[in-house]
Amino acid sequence: MNPSRRHFLKSTGLGFLALGLPPAFLVRAAEAQQAGRGKVMVVVFQRGAMDGLNAVIPFKDPVYYSLRQSIAIAEPASGEERAIDLDGFYGLHPALAPLKSIYDKGHLAIVHAAGSPDNSRSHFDAQDYMEIGTPGIKNTPDGWLNRTLSDLSEMKKGPSPFRGVALTAQLPRILAGAAPALTLSSIDEFRLRSEAMAATLQKLYTGTSDSLFRFGGESLFAAMAKLRQVESKIPVSAERYPAGRFGTSLAQIARLIKANVGLEIAFTEIQGWDTHVNQGGAKGQMANRLKDLAEGLATFYRDLGDRIGDVVVITLSEFGRTARENGNRGTDHGHGNVMFALGGPVRGGKVYGRWPGLAPELLYEGRDLDLTTDFRTVCSEVISAHLGQKELAKIFPNFRPASQALGLIG
Amino acid sequence: MSTPLTQEQKVIHFLNRTSFGPTREDIQTANRLGIQVYLEQQLRPETIGDTVVEEKLAHLKTMRLSSRELIELYPLPKQPAGQEMMGQQMQGPRVVILELQQARLLRAVYSQRQLYEVMVDFWSNHFNIFAAKGADRWLTTSYDRDAIRPHALGRFKDLLLATAQSPAMLFYLDNWLSASPNAAVKFAPNNRRRGINENYARELMELHTLGVDGGYSQKDVQEVARCFTGWTIRQPRGEGGFYFEPRIHDSGEKILLGTRIPAGGGMEDGLRVIDLLARHPSTARFVSLKLARRFITDDPPPSLVNKAAEAFLRTGGDIPTVLRTLIESPEFFSPETFRAKVKKPLEFVASALRVTGAEVELSHQLLRYLGRMGEPLFLAQPPTGYPDSGPSWTSPDMLLTRMNFATDLVANRIPGSRVKVDALGDKASFARLIAPDALAQATRSALAETEGSQAVALLLAAPEFQRR
Repeated sequence: MNPSRRHFLKSTGLGFLALGLPPAFLVRAAEAQQAGRGKVMVVVFQRGAMDGLNAVIPFKDPVYYSLRQSIAIAEPASGEERAIDLDGFYGLHPALAPLKSIYDKGHLAIVHAAGSPDNSRSHFDAQDYMEIGTPGIKNTPDGWLNRTLSDLSEMKKGPSPFRGVALTAQLPRILAGAAPALTLSSIDEFRLRSEAMAATLQKLYTGTSDSLFRFGGESLFAAMAKLRQVESKIPVSAERYPAGRFGTSLAQIARLIKANVGLEIAFTEIQGWDTHVNQGGAKGQMANRLKDLAEGLATFYRDLGDRIGDVVVITLSEFGRTARENGNRGTDHGHGNVMFALGGPVRGGKVYGRWPGLAPELLYEGRDLDLTTDFRTVCSEVISAHLGQKELAKIFPNFRPASQALGLIG
Repeated sequence: MSTPLTQEQKVIHFLNRTSFGPTREDIQTANRLGIQVYLEQQLRPETIGDTVVEEKLAHLKTMRLSSRELIELYPLPKQPAGQEMMGQQMQGPRVVILELQQARLLRAVYSQRQLYEVMVDFWSNHFNIFAAKGADRWLTTSYDRDAIRPHALGRFKDLLLATAQSPAMLFYLDNWLSASPNAAVKFAPNNRRRGINENYARELMELHTLGVDGGYSQKDVQEVARCFTGWTIRQPRGEGGFYFEPRIHDSGEKILLGTRIPAGGGMEDGLRVIDLLARHPSTARFVSLKLARRFITDDPPPSLVNKAAEAFLRTGGDIPTVLRTLIESPEFFSPETFRAKVKKPLEFVASALRVTGAEVELSHQLLRYLGRMGEPLFLAQPPTGYPDSGPSWTSPDMLLTRMNFATDLVANRIPGSRVKVDALGDKASFARLIAPDALAQATRSALAETEGSQAVALLLAAPEFQRR
């Protein structure tokens, strides 16, 4: 018997039935529950290129402090406005403090010197590469989250319109492709203003030969119908998410997860990382972005309660920033960065990845943190070990994951 | 569809591409003058009177103020942004941005110089800045008025130079802070030296001129950044003007894109870069590609792009000549091009207001709708501006908002806009303004079952009206 059926039988007080064959209606109910309570992957894109060296500080690398005279984060010690020690080598930026207890519980893992191997320092190209999942190859037509959905759909019947949802107005490249995907900015406002025209508009959009509109329309009308069925059952969260677009989007993802609408992949983004000028140190511009990130994620973690056992969140950012601070107390476009993985299935409490070092001869192209973990390695592990999708070659073509897995999930 | 366009379709198509959507009057004018004469008129906007829109804009007083006056008259409010109570008057620089947005929308709807306004919108995205970034809250008004608008149908090089020297761009892409690390000048508040900032140099080549595959290297980015050191602003939130500060300029020799710029050039270094980039074949190709994408189709044929690029190079970047090359090409009127483009939100909203003859006043609600469709005006944060490809604008959420806009507009539920449905004529002739002989079967049968304002709302919400 699979775990969720066992859980169902136990939680309904019908455990004795497990001794024999349970009645058919109970099997159906348990299966339905299992389908609803599927595994979820959430991807957070930090657009603008986060400075990973100041998010997770390699405070024991002696070169770090010589490269960053005005923006460095002081090494851990008593008192505030210093890095928070993780393992004696790395420290969390103080604005990431809300994540520390999750790290200690073993539900937050960090991968340092991670990112995309392509050397583009264009925001646009680098984001594109990361979203289509083929760094250096521009003509890939679809995003890797969409390819993940396509493959999962082959294993399942009766797909939900909520399988892949972006909490953005625009459908991001990462979710664009052949599999239906939804965009949604507000659950409450996701309805037609004129109910009288609903049936007609549905006909126009689902019946048109204009495939772009048929595709969007089919997802839209299926999702609106499903949402109306369940909306009264969607619990309102007691948790207060940080104000702003990112916190709001996480709150909606949590509601969709709890409503069991069949969500498998969710995407959201957080902007404002392009800190060329006055980046700040323990306080300031970047610290404010980190605070928003950390408070959002920590609230999401608390909000989901036990359901966090089904959820893995990973963060992506197009590239890191220059190891040395520039002349404007900021940093320019760089290379290697930091990724976070958060959730019940994550083997956290650890900083993964080999540290490449910051000495001049170790820097990528003489200026940036080098890369020791391809972002696709991290994504692949979540897709295979968490979502159970083994056909990675379709999702990340031409990519061979490192011979030794990081072991992030388990 | 492979039958050639009918004359009626040609006119609708031409107006869909060269304006923010046809009105009955435009169709009559185009029929009377013929497409070619109409186009020539539109390419010389200074010859077209525009009193209606000027009257509408007269109420927007920030549009006529200098950056310095805006900074003085619209200081940041004392209470932090976002804390304003509902119904309370909007204050400070938010007023400035709001008026700018209103002017853009009113011009799109009411200006007689439609092609010019289309080009202003095009260049605003090509040379995007984010109006909510710091001092740009006060500098964008001048950017739009003094850098983009004077050159929108002029020469590319003038436009490039105007943006390069505009305080808004210098601030948005940080060049105003870029300084030779060897400069002797130290800066308040910490009395430190500055250094090179690559941000502008990179976007200048990637987004404004050569294109990302235009053949430049990281070394070129660094050299261009050195050339532009000293191109700065006198107090972004004070006087606000562009000036060259020789004391922070890197006066050494630079070599970029194979060209040597000798030491000691001073401000000339930046001017030489502008000149080099404006004349570069990659720039001609990249700008032509983007224009072809705007006027022809998302993925325009390379042969046409090459033809436009040749016109660009031959005329030293004369924008009207490039546009003429595109619009008078056989590809422009080919059946494949007919309704091949998806309207951006601004194009969708403005065309709906135009085709319904809506009476538009200053309106927050209309602007809010644009924001929810994904195009809050002047507020694209990344330097790429808003995209110009169909799939960027057809997500389920965006389609929903468009449908809701259509029904709200026709039901007169949007404060600031008023549609008189009775004045629109019968539904069959209204449908011909949108897609003559090109409505889908489903749309036609749905239309047969609806009447009056519902028929109008249906047509504006239908897939057909989402294309141009």
